[in-house]
Amino acid sequence: MADAPKIRVPKTAKKGEIVEIKTLMPHIMESGQRKDKDGKTIPRKIINKFVAEFNGKPLFSADMDPAIAANPYLQFSAKVNESGTFKFTWTDDDGTVTTSEQKIEVA
Amino acid sequence: MQQLSRRSALALGAAGAALSLIGISSTAQATPESAAADVAKFAGGKTPVAGKISIELPEIAENGNTVPLTISVDAPMTDDDYVTDVLVLADGNPNPGVATFHFTPLSGKAEASTRIRLAATQNIVVTAKTSKGAVYTASKLVKVTIGGCGG
Repeated sequence: MADAPKIRVPKTAKKGEIVEIKTLMPHIMESGQRKDKDGKTIPRKIINKFVAEFNGKPLFSADMDPAIAANPYLQFSAKVNESGTFKFTWTDDDGTVTTSEQKIEVA
Repeated sequence: MQQLSRRSALALGAAGAALSLIGISSTAQATPESAAADVAKFAGGKTPVAGKISIELPEIAENGNTVPLTISVDAPMTDDDYVTDVLVLADGNPNPGVATFHFTPLSGKAEASTRIRLAATQNIVVTAKTSKGAVYTASKLVKVTIGGCGG
């Protein structure tokens, strides 16, 4: 298993506030363009999909191509009207799915 | 490896540059035309209107392996008027696709940042669709000192 994703979400927010979310997933993001020392193309292996949900509702998602740099970083925002849980899901080309959750208190 | 003389290295470099200019390359290469075709497909028959989108990129990216990119679209992001999808293309990479972002009214803002790979100096083309069917587009030139696609 690869390293765990790094996530930054505020622990608390005011109702209706737009909070900033930062995620970083350690991953080589092998583009499929590089060649090894024998001149053979190294097969593509990237995280191709990222999904963020809040309390089970879709919040933000991204379809990624090999032009996303290694250790894919995504920053986006969320308008929070209630306390709840963010769920983040990364999908690898090989089908591996990594998920992570983060709670927020909304007053 | 055999040492290249300065002169032959220069000649090779020039030949390589000439080859890439006229588009003869062993791998498929994105072009402004193929990027435009992708934009047209994404727009689904609508003609994108210039504006509403801001693209933040360094003017000169020293390392094409990781170039910070922020896109934002000016939109109310209410339940009935919000940005649904944003397509990001790089018209000089081996493949034009960079990412597609999907927003919802819960996003609050149609803004996202990531880090991208750029093979060479080229245009970043961003196209956004809204829930009301409007399509906007913008592009920005980024100069790349060292390309970031291996090879």
